[in-house]
Amino acid sequence: MKVLLIDDEGELISTLAERLSLRGIDADWVTNGEEALKKVEDQCYDLAVVDVRMPKMSGLALKRLMAEKCPRLKFIFMTGHGSEDDYKEGTAQAGAAYYLLKPLNIELLIEKINEVIKEQGDKP
Amino acid sequence: MNRNWDVIGEQGLQFFGKMSATISHEINNSLAIINENAGLLQDFTLMADKGMPLDPVRLNSLAGKLIDQIRRAEGIVKNMNRFAHSVDEPVKSVNLDDIVELMVTLSARFASMRGVTVESKPASVPVMITTNSFLMQNLIWLCLDFAMDAAAAGNTIDIITEKTKNGAQISFMQAGDPAKAPPNKFPAEPEKVLLDVLKANLSADEGVGKIVITLPRDIDM
Repeated sequence: MKVLLIDDEGELISTLAERLSLRGIDADWVTNGEEALKKVEDQCYDLAVVDVRMPKMSGLALKRLMAEKCPRLKFIFMTGHGSEDDYKEGTAQAGAAYYLLKPLNIELLIEKINEVIKEQGDKP
Repeated sequence: MNRNWDVIGEQGLQFFGKMSATISHEINNSLAIINENAGLLQDFTLMADKGMPLDPVRLNSLAGKLIDQIRRAEGIVKNMNRFAHSVDEPVKSVNLDDIVELMVTLSARFASMRGVTVESKPASVPVMITTNSFLMQNLIWLCLDFAMDAAAAGNTIDIITEKTKNGAQISFMQAGDPAKAPPNKFPAEPEKVLLDVLKANLSADEGVGKIVITLPRDIDM
């Protein structure tokens, strides 16, 4: 399982990557959509964990562009906008992807990552 | 200070809500970073329980990051407090540069989302005027929001305050060419209502590369 983390808060995303790697999950991180698109050109990832609101390119716009390059790539969205409505709207727009609120609960994130692994393993 | 109060009240609430939302987002970002760094500290202590030695340099670095984020959040809360207290008195003497600086800070995330930089250029001497500081902030925000909408990504908007013979002036100047056609008419009704109450005038050039607000020294005179 190779994961790409994308959030404009570099300190948040680099620390999250380190915490995931301590749990045996190989995670790269970038701080904007352009860098994320370059990353997926260079190598294939199984999962992208994306902040919904980022400068220049939103997480949802980035999802569309990344999905064109890597159709099998799965997505988990995260947001700092913690209202119930935002959460429902985000989940609806994100389609099948998961949607997590910041500050993140790492155990919940790992649970969702494991679900994605299982879904991919179940596919022929 | 009583004309169109219903309109101003509704508009003011929208402005207050928008600013409160961006402030809460910024605080949440700091909390999220504190959460990850504290979590990493916890991970290290759990690993230490299993025999892995703790690295004091790394622990010190993590503590420093936590302190930095607490200071960042403290700054955000101070600005939130200043903004919240701007509704306390309907009319008072204010330093216009302080109000502009606060609005630039509160607008930082909106600017960042549009790829625009906003810089305040304070006057060489304090520009004191007697006005409604909350509505003044609202007017500055509407002008800035419009200027940011019209700006191309990568542009810088300078906000320049100056003392004038009869009061003060605030100019919103785009350093580069405005890339987009203005999205709607400016000033529109919300700005006109505020200009009326603040006894201010607004001029905008055709391409909206420059917006100038002129303000009286005292709105009660």
